[in-house]
Amino acid sequence: MAASESYPDDLLYHAEHDWARIDGDEAVLGVTWFAQDALGELVHYEAPDVGSTVAKDSSYGEVESVKAVSDLISPLSGEVLEVNAKVVDAPETVNEDPYGDGWLIRIRMTSPEERDQLLDVAGYKKVLDEG
Amino acid sequence: VQTLRRTPLHDRHVALGARMVPFAGWEMPVQYEGVIQEHRAVRTDAGVFDVSHMGELEIEGPTARDLLQSMLSNDVDKLEPGDAQYTLLTNEQGGIIDDLILYRLDSHRYLIVANASNSDIVLSWLTDHELRGSDVRDVSDEYALLAVQGPNALDKVGLEHGKAFTWTMGEVDGVEVMINRTGYTGEEGVELACMADDAGRLWDAVVARGITPCGLGARDTLRLEVCYPLHGNDIGPQWDAISSGLGWACALETEFTGVETLRAVKERGPEQKLVPFKMTERAIPRQHMAIEGGGEVTSGTQSPMLDVGIGMGYVPAASAKAGTELVIDVRGKPRRAEVSKKPLYKKEQAT
Repeated sequence: MAASESYPDDLLYHAEHDWARIDGDEAVLGVTWFAQDALGELVHYEAPDVGSTVAKDSSYGEVESVKAVSDLISPLSGEVLEVNAKVVDAPETVNEDPYGDGWLIRIRMTSPEERDQLLDVAGYKKVLDEG
Repeated sequence: VQTLRRTPLHDRHVALGARMVPFAGWEMPVQYEGVIQEHRAVRTDAGVFDVSHMGELEIEGPTARDLLQSMLSNDVDKLEPGDAQYTLLTNEQGGIIDDLILYRLDSHRYLIVANASNSDIVLSWLTDHELRGSDVRDVSDEYALLAVQGPNALDKVGLEHGKAFTWTMGEVDGVEVMINRTGYTGEEGVELACMADDAGRLWDAVVARGITPCGLGARDTLRLEVCYPLHGNDIGPQWDAISSGLGWACALETEFTGVETLRAVKERGPEQKLVPFKMTERAIPRQHMAIEGGGEVTSGTQSPMLDVGIGMGYVPAASAKAGTELVIDVRGKPRRAEVSKKPLYKKEQAT
């Protein structure tokens, strides 16, 4: 079952429809409800390697639906600590629970100050409204 | 800016919450609930597609047969009134201008159903070659076309089973329809042609009978699982019909545009062949990806039934045998695939 539209207010957002949940010097990253809805049911998650580095505003992987491919844009820079194996095995988890079980990677931030450049939920909703 | 055309069912698609996209100059539903769900509905139950964007041409007159026989690859003389045939409009190089279904309506009258994006070119090609005593007319705006497909499609819509590639007149819940035993999904089903004004009533009747509305997304994944080529992806004017694996639709003993070239290609064997393949590594092939050793993916997706990446593409003839390993460049990453037999999906494989 696809999740219904929501944008939790405890997350920080990137205008490319990605979110970050920051906890100390670590962050968990994923894609927003809008992104998964635009793509449709996901069937493939091309994940980065654990130990690789991701850079803010750069692609760290891809998700694919039957019809489309989308780059995953990292909202923050860091080192990949963990890849969500559940999503690798069952990519549709992202559609079912984009902010929970459908998270994509966990990173250790290398430039924590980058968080100041991210959007809060109001800022992200404005991006969506401006379409 | 080009204005997109709309089928008579446009408002119904929007009311059902369809995602509408531009396709071949038309605004068409790509999905309602989801591509995978709709795909499975057709494989296991029944689905209905609005394919009213497709072109319909009527060819009429004492020389209609001669015109079609000289232009189309298949043998028109095999058709009795009530029959239908898959055929190709070919160019001088044996390339495919469009792939078509030809229906014989009566002794001197035929109907062509053409791809939406090629309807105008088919019309001009035929009118340019019109013979004295044959008349070619574009009747696309007069008709709507609904594909009703799936193992339960006929029962649900209240029609008898029938022989593939035939047509009869009939009715569905009081709407007069031309019932064509054709389709693009690999499942049993019909394509129902009705007057454009009746399209809404027919659609409502079919949907009320519990048949799932399906968009062009599922239409594409369904046809790819059973290796039906898509014009503009897998076949086109740049590839001859033999290399495209459509020699079975070419009656090389008849005379039509490009037949000499096709005979020569058949004689010496094609250099490249269109083959179906399955990924043996996790990856989804996409159109235009390079195949190592000289080749290109022409269609690709994740198979909703097999849950692996599948596709079709041109490879050197030496690599065209089933079981041959292919390496596909998936955005810079080499990913292995294996040439398969047609079709990629068969009912027995269903799990």
